[in-house]
Amino acid sequence: MSWSAATVLRLVVLALVGGILQLTTVSQVAVFGVPADLTPLLVAAIGLLCGSIAGAGFGFGLGLFMDTVLAQTLGLTSLVLLAVGYAAGRLRELRDPAHALAPVAVGAAGTALATVGFAVLQFLLGVDAPVSLLLIRQILLTIVLNTLLALPVYLVCRRVLAQFLPNDPRRRRRRAYTTGGLSPLSRA
Amino acid sequence: MYDRQVRRRRAILLALVACCLVLLTAYFGESSGGPLRSVQSGAMEVFAPVQEGANRALKPFRDLFGWFGDTLDAKDERDELEAERDSLRQQVARLRVAENENAELRDLVDYGRGSGIDAYQPVTARVYSRSISSWYSSIEINKGSSDGVAVNQPVINGKGLVGKVKSVSDGNAVVMLLSDSEFGVSALAAEADQPGSLLPVAGSPGDLLLDLVPEAKEVRKGDTVVTAGTISSRLPSPFPQGILIGTVKRVDGESELDRTIHVTPAADLGTLDFVQVLTRPVADLRAATDPP
Repeated sequence: MSWSAATVLRLVVLALVGGILQLTTVSQVAVFGVPADLTPLLVAAIGLLCGSIAGAGFGFGLGLFMDTVLAQTLGLTSLVLLAVGYAAGRLRELRDPAHALAPVAVGAAGTALATVGFAVLQFLLGVDAPVSLLLIRQILLTIVLNTLLALPVYLVCRRVLAQFLPNDPRRRRRRAYTTGGLSPLSRA
Repeated sequence: MYDRQVRRRRAILLALVACCLVLLTAYFGESSGGPLRSVQSGAMEVFAPVQEGANRALKPFRDLFGWFGDTLDAKDERDELEAERDSLRQQVARLRVAENENAELRDLVDYGRGSGIDAYQPVTARVYSRSISSWYSSIEINKGSSDGVAVNQPVINGKGLVGKVKSVSDGNAVVMLLSDSEFGVSALAAEADQPGSLLPVAGSPGDLLLDLVPEAKEVRKGDTVVTAGTISSRLPSPFPQGILIGTVKRVDGESELDRTIHVTPAADLGTLDFVQVLTRPVADLRAATDPP
């Protein structure tokens, strides 16, 4: 990942567009009574594409934007999304997943981490209202919906950041097939 | 080199986590007019026009997705509406009789009340963004302090109570919906004449609980729940009396202690386009109807 003002600018624009899209459209389209949540998907995708520091920073910024615009408790969404971005980034740095469906799994895991983490933080901070068991259903449905959206969101993020990503795992994998290099098996 | 990278990564992570914790602590510690809330209000003011524009531009896409869902739900909805229509016809007949009696009684006691919601000086606003999650349920509207909107003012739509104003900037406001985990309002089960406190159920946006009802056994399924208004002059309610909140969906539990009353909100909180903010919720209705 090559860092420059243009890279940062694109990440900021991606966060703003994603946040506004979530607020004005996605949150208003409910499937089985639950809307999807683009924010953990965007953060997980950025973490997977750009690494842990970028993922954490992007999560922090997007969370701060959402908390500010919605007049929510400042720092809460930032903390949750920062963890999602960092975890996705570390996965890339340690395992370097190249499978085509890796973004789907990471998106689902990121959403699970975000929704469960948010619920845990709410409990820690004290909830005034009674909590229904339907919360579990809502969390599960959000994860399912986000899993379906994870790949398109990842592809959009990759396209937006394409010129700054020389080390894209999928490209590297393709290159390995076309070089014609001998594998240990063929040499044997 | 590797150690340096690891140290840098950990330092950035720690700095970001520390920022979050500082923000959380400061936000909880400050008053409603504190600097962080002022920053929030300023940011809202800046982003509101962008969100409003995006909301209008993206409406066709929302409608398209909504059309699929609406088509699937239309048949069930038609059956429910037919049943509701039949029930309402009977109710209208009963109400006409009651209306006549009411008019006679009013003449007798010479007790005038406000003609309606106009006495509360409603300000109509367009909803341009909404966020309905398991914990926070809020909408943003395009009217703010310059239109007379202030924090804690009640918000209604044509069907009933929607919520209350959570924060205000010059030309916009954030409305906390009935389903927000921080919402609460004193309510009255109208038919049973039982007061109580209405609370949301986190994780179940279409469900509200009528709690702290002195004689909960008197409340029945289908009873209307309205705002109770100010009961004690020491603790005035920001909500005027008699605004429809919803109907009792079911009453769980046998004994008085574990009885829970579930209420369905009258307003559909998921499809709000226009709402009204009652900018004078403590209006003296008797004064408003005095003959000129």
